[in-house]
Amino acid sequence: MMKNNGLRKEPVSDTQLLMTITISIFVAMYLMAMFGLGGGFLHVQQIFDMLNDNASLIIVSCGLTIVMIGGGIDISVGAVTSLVVMSCVLYLNRGGNIFVAILLALGIGLAFGVVHGLLISYLEIQPFIVTLAGMFFARGMTTILSVNPQKVSHEGFTALRDTKIEIPWLGYTAKNGNLVPARMELGVLVAFVCVVLVFILLKNHRLGRSFYAMGGNQQSALMLGINVKRTRFISYVISGALSGISGFVFMMHTGAGNATNAAGMEMNAIAASIIGGTLLTGGVGNVAGTFFGVMTLTTIKKIVVSSGLNDPWWQNITTGGMLCFFILLQSVVLSRRNGKKKTL
Amino acid sequence: MDNPILLTMRHIEKRFPGVLALNNVDFTLRKGEIHALMGENGAGKSTLIKILTGVYQMDGGEVTIEGQPVVIHSPQDAQNSGISTVYQEITLCPNLTVAENMFIGREDSAWIQRKEYEKKADEILGRLEIPTRGARILGRCSLAIQQMVAIARAVDMNCKVLILDEPTSSLDDKEVNMLFKLMRDLKAQGVGIIFVTHFLEQVYEVSDRITVLRNGELVGEYPASDLPQVQLVSKMLGENLIEELPEVQTETKMIGKNQDGVSLVGDMIRNEIKKNSGVFYEAESLSSAQALPFDFKIRKGEVNGFTGLLGSGRSESVRAIFGADKVTGGKVKIKGEQVKINRPIDAMKHGIGYLAEDRKRDGIIADLSVRENIILALQVMNGFFKPISRSESEAFADEYIKVLNIKTASRETPVGSLSGGNQQKVILARWLLTHPDYLILDEPTRGIDIGTKWEIQKLVLKLAEEGVSVTFISSEIEEMLRTCSRLIVMRDRHIVGELTGEDLNQAQVMKTIAGGEA
Amino acid sequence: MINKLKNPFRNGLGQLTIPLIAIIILVVFNLIRDPSFFGIEIIQNNDGNNVLSGNLISIINGASELAILAMGMTLVTAACGGQDISVGAAAAIAGSAFVKILKSGDSISGGKVLLAFLFACVVAMLFGAFNGTLVAVFKIQPMIATLILYTCGRSIAYWINGGATPTVTSPIINAIGSFIPGIPVPTPVLIVVIVGVIFKLVFRLTSLEIFTQSVGINGSAARLNGINSTFIKLLSFIILGVCVAISGSIGVSRLGLINHETLLLDVEMDTILAVAIGGNNLGGGKFKVGGSIIGAYVIQMLTITLYAMKVSSTDVKAYKAIVIVLLVVIGSPVVKAKFEKYMSQLRAKKAAVNTKGADQS
Repeated sequence: MMKNNGLRKEPVSDTQLLMTITISIFVAMYLMAMFGLGGGFLHVQQIFDMLNDNASLIIVSCGLTIVMIGGGIDISVGAVTSLVVMSCVLYLNRGGNIFVAILLALGIGLAFGVVHGLLISYLEIQPFIVTLAGMFFARGMTTILSVNPQKVSHEGFTALRDTKIEIPWLGYTAKNGNLVPARMELGVLVAFVCVVLVFILLKNHRLGRSFYAMGGNQQSALMLGINVKRTRFISYVISGALSGISGFVFMMHTGAGNATNAAGMEMNAIAASIIGGTLLTGGVGNVAGTFFGVMTLTTIKKIVVSSGLNDPWWQNITTGGMLCFFILLQSVVLSRRNGKKKTL
Repeated sequence: MDNPILLTMRHIEKRFPGVLALNNVDFTLRKGEIHALMGENGAGKSTLIKILTGVYQMDGGEVTIEGQPVVIHSPQDAQNSGISTVYQEITLCPNLTVAENMFIGREDSAWIQRKEYEKKADEILGRLEIPTRGARILGRCSLAIQQMVAIARAVDMNCKVLILDEPTSSLDDKEVNMLFKLMRDLKAQGVGIIFVTHFLEQVYEVSDRITVLRNGELVGEYPASDLPQVQLVSKMLGENLIEELPEVQTETKMIGKNQDGVSLVGDMIRNEIKKNSGVFYEAESLSSAQALPFDFKIRKGEVNGFTGLLGSGRSESVRAIFGADKVTGGKVKIKGEQVKINRPIDAMKHGIGYLAEDRKRDGIIADLSVRENIILALQVMNGFFKPISRSESEAFADEYIKVLNIKTASRETPVGSLSGGNQQKVILARWLLTHPDYLILDEPTRGIDIGTKWEIQKLVLKLAEEGVSVTFISSEIEEMLRTCSRLIVMRDRHIVGELTGEDLNQAQVMKTIAGGEA
Repeated sequence: MINKLKNPFRNGLGQLTIPLIAIIILVVFNLIRDPSFFGIEIIQNNDGNNVLSGNLISIINGASELAILAMGMTLVTAACGGQDISVGAAAAIAGSAFVKILKSGDSISGGKVLLAFLFACVVAMLFGAFNGTLVAVFKIQPMIATLILYTCGRSIAYWINGGATPTVTSPIINAIGSFIPGIPVPTPVLIVVIVGVIFKLVFRLTSLEIFTQSVGINGSAARLNGINSTFIKLLSFIILGVCVAISGSIGVSRLGLINHETLLLDVEMDTILAVAIGGNNLGGGKFKVGGSIIGAYVIQMLTITLYAMKVSSTDVKAYKAIVIVLLVVIGSPVVKAKFEKYMSQLRAKKAAVNTKGADQS
């Protein structure tokens, strides 16, 4: 046994395995769409569109992944995003400053995160209930602020909103011969930064490893000298802050506040995390997987639309089927691995 | 004696609701000594340890390390004060790597140097001769390895005080010896080691000094060389139980006299060989997901035992009999008729009961009351649509609380709040209530006080006299020699011997387990 | 000393302390605000029946669907240690199935309503079995497993009636949704009572309660005692399916139409909340169905109180959230422990004063 020590490669961890499955399926699906459906899928812009539409979903999913790895859940993320959008829109329309608006977004998100963290971590209340209350509160506050949709008229903001990163060499030539460059919104950059930062945090920072330890076995984490309460608190604060950022990004994408903004986003974020290989039981997951989870979900929707199934209910049903497939796949893969471990 | 004092605990007091768990307890640990902390269950050992490691807060008293008073409010505080603990249950994170488990919670910098940690971990593991690697996911290692990783972590923390709480219970002899070597090395380096264990021989093998607790109070501190084993036991048990000891012996001698001329030493109340009664259960090359094929039979009224080292397959075999793991093959006959036992319910319907090895995990339903726990198996056998009425279940519960002398505040007390021995009795009651023909008891005496151990052994023999077949498994061979008329010895998941009559003695059992040819 | 701690009656009530306190606070608050808040009168409704009316009636009536769902959810929670978040979507499916049968053919007879209801039950039980299979057989956490149906349930409901929102007009449906002629109590309330009695009978006539609790507390031990935990978990989802069908049918009958988008929208959150307010551990194990029912009425009373205070229906959520937080903070283990410690200190002080007094005298 000891002789092999220096040479043998360690088998992949559950986290890596689940993520690999997701990425392969995403790639396979996208290739199939390219060859089977062609059309928009042949242009890089398709991927950029998917990113543009989902930048804020990617951001909240990052936060949710952290919370889920730590063994918790945060279902308030969509509602907080919506509240942030509405607050910032109203603030900007009263002649506010963009910089302050960004701080406002962060502040609202942080406030929710701090309260959630305090209640869950220090008063030991079930996270589902606490964040459910947070979700109700945020949704309620959004409608109290304004029931009617509000469009941003702030000039500085509209300039910011319309700023797009153009990459000509990834573009394509339209039918009339003009070159259409690939366009990416600023929000996507923000999302990328969030993904990278969270990825590094989870992989290489001791706080990130504490999240895994806490989700793997809370009692053990405590015994290993990890301040579990503080770690859990921080996980919710991060999730809250990311919801705030997500709100601002959402606003940059839509340019308007609406009480129904980001409806159902929390469930999409949970779905994306799961598809990306995060287990709700905690201890297993990866934010890169989550990113591909969002992309997989979006690709499925795009494929459904491109196939001519325009009814919105088709999208939901295929998303449900997709989710079902991934959940079963994970269950089977993990139980087979665990079964093997015992007999070895 | 000469060594300077490292740790003192003075006048320690700890209260739990309704219980004084520790009352004015003193404890002193010197540099470079191995100090055994002894006591029966409920004596307060674990409470004392948990105060020292910051899991509990003491209600009174003072702790000093190297003369300086310290305040320990959390495991982190304990670590900072130089106190490290290795618990009986693995307290590491199975989803992290071995290296991460060794270094998490005490990193120098905020950023993880993965490669460096793995290198360092491999180095330490190599030095301690622990056969695993830093990069491996801990959950993929055996329990023994996980335990040793925990020790490796503590060792690397340059701790002044190392607490080993029942570290040997899941290790085999070879691993125990490795651990002892390690303990002696650490001792030579001046580490003070607090060693908590149930195994008396192990105490004498390594300890310099012994502190005995009883009922939350200090009995005394003794140099190991001045305290003979018998005296240690009497100090641990206290006077009441010591009085019971001769009583049991006289009783057993009486039974012994009834047996005509059979040698009595060591097998005083042993079950007789049942040559004439019919075979109750017979299995032919029975195998399960966990157990290799084996043959086995048991007669009516017979008490037999499965023995072998941990991991030899003894528990796995009896689990296969009960259908607790997925049965993969073999023929089973009950009273000569071929039957299929694939799930526990099948076994129960054929009159088999099974008390599982792990009481907490597989036995008690902690939040349910004593009453509900007692009637559970009978209720299952009665079926979903024939619930036992409240009054009936109360009568059953009261009856067995009395018969088995279960110490509980009431029959509606949640069983989780009972002591280990009484929990075990509740599970026994559960199976007795089903009036089984064949009862499998896997480690029924583990982790419970000696008084209850004797009660259970007596009960086993009484049941056998009434015609119930019993399979009895215990880590303490002496207990099995006292009760069983036939011992099946297992090694490496195979049956390697079957001992009866004259062969049933400690030397022969040991020899068979070890695999030496007679 | 030990005996004092283990009073089974106190233990039994302990779980219900929080919901009962919540109800009392709400009642007192409303009485102070408006002494006539709980006044009940008999009025003649549009159909010419003499019926009970008042805030109290609308609270009890309005909480019917929630109470029925909470009963089923309690079982799922206890057995599986998780919650079904698809009940709203499943109710939309069941309601659509209900309407589908009612709309086939011309007239709506009593037999047809029964047939429609049974069909809705079968459909909802099938979807319950689907969720249950994922949870019990594939060992997927309930929230994740039911996320699937949550995502696509309302789309399936859409498909059943071809995207339309058909109306059903029939005196029988009207009677189910509001009042049976001659009976002044709203029919949904009667249905809650019937469902409650059936639950009680099931617990009395089967071993469901002890088996469910055993599976929820210690699945491994339950298995080794011969309990088929897969079956118990599956059963809990199927029972919840029946509750979903009943709630869906009531919901449809109230409005006389099926709207797959809005029928019992967001009810899953309220249902889980009702279970939690009822003092049940969301991690499974011991449970009290009665607690969840009270929890449902607490939620509804809160909602109606807010409406009475002229809070708009969309804003109610924000206030509800504050009350929920207050409730769970009071009920949290940490606050409870702090409170008990404080009380015992107070008692000790009192005792010290008393002995002092005794010494002096």
